Amino acid sequence: MTDATKTGIGARLTRLEDKRFLMGRGRYTDDISRPGQLYAHFIRSPYASARIKGIAVDRAAAVPGVVAVLTGAQMAADGVGGLPCGWLVTGKGGVAMKEPPHPPLAYERVRYVGDAIAVVLAESRDAAKDGAEAVDVDFEELPAVAAIAAALANGAPLVHDDVPGNLCYDWDLGDKAAVDAAFAKAAHVTRLGLVNNRLIPNAIEPRAALAEYDAVTDGYTLYTSSQNPHVIRLLICAFVLHLPEHKVRVVAPDVGGGFGSKIFHYAEEAVVTWAARKVGRPVKWTAERSESFLTDAHGRDHVTEAELALDGNGRFLALRVKTLANMGAYLSTFASSVPTYLYATLLAGQYTTPAIYCEVKAVFTNTTPVDAYRGAGRPEATYLVERIVEKSARELGIDRAELRRRNFIKPDQFPYQTPVALTYDTGNYEAHLDRALELADYRGFAQRRQDSERRGKRRGIGMSCYIEACGLAPSAVAGALGARAGLYEAAEIRFNPTGSVTVFTGSHSHGQGHETTFAQVVSDRLGVPIDSIEIVHGDTGRIPFGMGTYGSRSLAVGGSAIVRAADKIVAKGKKIAAHLMEAADDDIEFSHGQFRVAGTDKVLPMAAIAFQAYVPHNFPHDKLEPGLDESAFYDPANFTFPSGTYICEVEVDPDTGAATVDRFTAVDDFGTIVNPMIVEGQVEGGIAQGIGQALVEGCVYSADGQLVTGTFMDYAMPRADHIPNYRFDFTKTPCTHNPLGAKGCGEAGAIGSPPAVINAVLDALAPLGVDDIAMPATPLAVWQAIQAARPAKAAE
Amino acid sequence: MPVPLTLTINGRQTTVAVEPRTLLVHFLREQLGLTGTHVGCDTSQCGACVVHVDGRSVKSCTMLAVQADGSAVTTIEGLGDGDLHPMQRAFNQHHGLQCGFCTPGMVMSGLDIVARHAAPSEDDIRDGLEGNFCRCTGYTNIIKSVHAGAQAMRGGQP
Repeated sequence: MTDATKTGIGARLTRLEDKRFLMGRGRYTDDISRPGQLYAHFIRSPYASARIKGIAVDRAAAVPGVVAVLTGAQMAADGVGGLPCGWLVTGKGGVAMKEPPHPPLAYERVRYVGDAIAVVLAESRDAAKDGAEAVDVDFEELPAVAAIAAALANGAPLVHDDVPGNLCYDWDLGDKAAVDAAFAKAAHVTRLGLVNNRLIPNAIEPRAALAEYDAVTDGYTLYTSSQNPHVIRLLICAFVLHLPEHKVRVVAPDVGGGFGSKIFHYAEEAVVTWAARKVGRPVKWTAERSESFLTDAHGRDHVTEAELALDGNGRFLALRVKTLANMGAYLSTFASSVPTYLYATLLAGQYTTPAIYCEVKAVFTNTTPVDAYRGAGRPEATYLVERIVEKSARELGIDRAELRRRNFIKPDQFPYQTPVALTYDTGNYEAHLDRALELADYRGFAQRRQDSERRGKRRGIGMSCYIEACGLAPSAVAGALGARAGLYEAAEIRFNPTGSVTVFTGSHSHGQGHETTFAQVVSDRLGVPIDSIEIVHGDTGRIPFGMGTYGSRSLAVGGSAIVRAADKIVAKGKKIAAHLMEAADDDIEFSHGQFRVAGTDKVLPMAAIAFQAYVPHNFPHDKLEPGLDESAFYDPANFTFPSGTYICEVEVDPDTGAATVDRFTAVDDFGTIVNPMIVEGQVEGGIAQGIGQALVEGCVYSADGQLVTGTFMDYAMPRADHIPNYRFDFTKTPCTHNPLGAKGCGEAGAIGSPPAVINAVLDALAPLGVDDIAMPATPLAVWQAIQAARPAKAAE
Repeated sequence: MPVPLTLTINGRQTTVAVEPRTLLVHFLREQLGLTGTHVGCDTSQCGACVVHVDGRSVKSCTMLAVQADGSAVTTIEGLGDGDLHPMQRAFNQHHGLQCGFCTPGMVMSGLDIVARHAAPSEDDIRDGLEGNFCRCTGYTNIIKSVHAGAQAMRGGQP
């Protein structure tokens, strides 16, 4: 019997998957090689917009080691389809979003720097690069638009000829009339314009894809660094290469971080798969970091104007929001859903704001496609709500915590229907606010501020009370909102005859530690020793059809599927136990891995039941099947709603503009936590990305669409000396509608932290007359803001 | 034209032929199959490829294989004697890794920090990891891991 306090739900178990990574034995896509493989190198557009007048490949084909040069025209001639978008957004007046074709290899027009045109296949990486140097592409450069404002300007160059005004959709949510009425009677209105800066995900493992075709079986194997191998197989088979799914196996082996950027179906996956058959040899592509910068879907990139109406008591009456969202040059897999259903629906935050109206225009530009990045829409919503709330507090002279507290949804108001479509199941926002204020020593701030000022520094404190919708997603809701797929998850629990267990999950781990967390759930539910459990994921040849990992869904949805399968195992085990112990099915009790005839000392352990299931010498054929192998699909009834309070303290050096995060307190409510060590790690990593967004990271394009921040020398990543030590705690209101009570923890840190950091920076700079700053608040930006405020301050 | 190269890899002497333009990291990964050393960038920023050459930490993407002629190279696969090295064990104990991709470089850099500071302070560790990116952990647990690994190497418990 297992000791659940050490390995079950709630245990700080060190990770079971670590050893292979620590010994250098992880198996990432680029670590895999197949006999006879060729190396692919893509020819990419150096222009943001251009017509392809011709591609001459003869010189390249003659380079030693080059086997083939394949182009978009050949792909089109083979009937290869475009990369699809998985979410249909219907805008104002029932107008469907514009969905221009996205060929894997461009063949008439290129639309962003990095758009792939052709691929060189060669015996070595170096030969492929030599060949690429010899491909001559005749471009006719066209005018380009990189920024949202430029794309929306009158007479702007068109990214797609058949998308007028570069407008993908013009969408709204909420009751406009109610919002207008509320503003008309408001005692105070706070206005805020802000930019949610464009980010480049930068998982440390660059994307890679290796495809192999077997002419004997007419079957394909694609290894790819993906967060959802079954989704990739479905898209590649149904939309792009038109292949039967049973002939295509997609393996996402160890994957070195995703953060959303490896959800999407990318051109390179389709091209290497198509090319492997074309040339009859395995084809491998691994991105160089420069290619990752150019081609991994970017994140965020919103421009927003917002107004918050308050009554005389500081109660929120209404929120009005206008957002412009950059889609990039093509619609990536989930791009359209991010600034709509994952954004506007979260604008109530933790508050009872009765009326909300949000308009979103999605815009094509000649830049890399933009899609979900850790948080996806929810960080943008949280940044807006928590910045404007803090600004209101400052304008009204109300303490920032008190203003929030006054407007919180109270624990007895759940389930709570927001004015923007969601129903929050549960929460207790004052609980994490109070705990965070205590942990952060909020009362001691004034003293610390004095201490900083004595040293010539400025200190500020900022807060963020975030909410997110996770556990994507109830299929019925998602379908009603335009999703072209259901967002359930699948699991199978297969006992082996001598009692060990193999669990197959549709979720995918690329750092989340599922091999530990899911094993803890199974160990806890079935009483199986932790070291007798194996978690299998990432291979469509082994796992059931599942939707993969994104939107903090693995435990809440994937884990719930495992629990449902475990429940079926127990139900079957009871029947077997009843038969073996000659009792009625209903008289069997199961706990701690033991089947017992109620009220007796007749007991059979799980392992004995598993063994008998596979050696069923006397099972009654009409009542009991052999075997102990159960599967479940779990479709959640609702989203889950993690929430929390983050408090950040920064110290700013007014001479250099450098803002240093000195203290960071995070109190999160994730419902049930299976492994606190892993959850803290998720929060720490998320906060680091949020601090990165707030203080150092920012993607920059030139006006003509050249990526200025195209390497790690130009795009600042958070480093070991940017990140403070954190203060943590958790509060707990279990999710009411999934069997674990789990809410999801993967994105919270990245969602909650940017407004806390920027609110703290603005608090530090307020005495200097600075009332706004854009992310990233780099030393230069802060210093410039201080200098710009000087004349006004001096005139006071 | 390939040129001959003799070097000691993880304690074993090897003589091989290598294209002169081959980077040390590609030689290790592709010719020797030592895929624990990773490539995370093309500008020598990320540190996923850190190995030790004659006892000094080197980003193996910045060095040609032929420059290692006659040297002793240690990769992540060369640590420990069939089991985890105390530094590797410390990363497990303190949850110093998530996706694992930066981990070999972090462990090799952590050992380099210990080689320079037997009892490194938090600042020593933060400074020493300046050249290693991690996108998953937020670094906090990596810093704790290196600290604990250093302690274990001095004979304490990780």
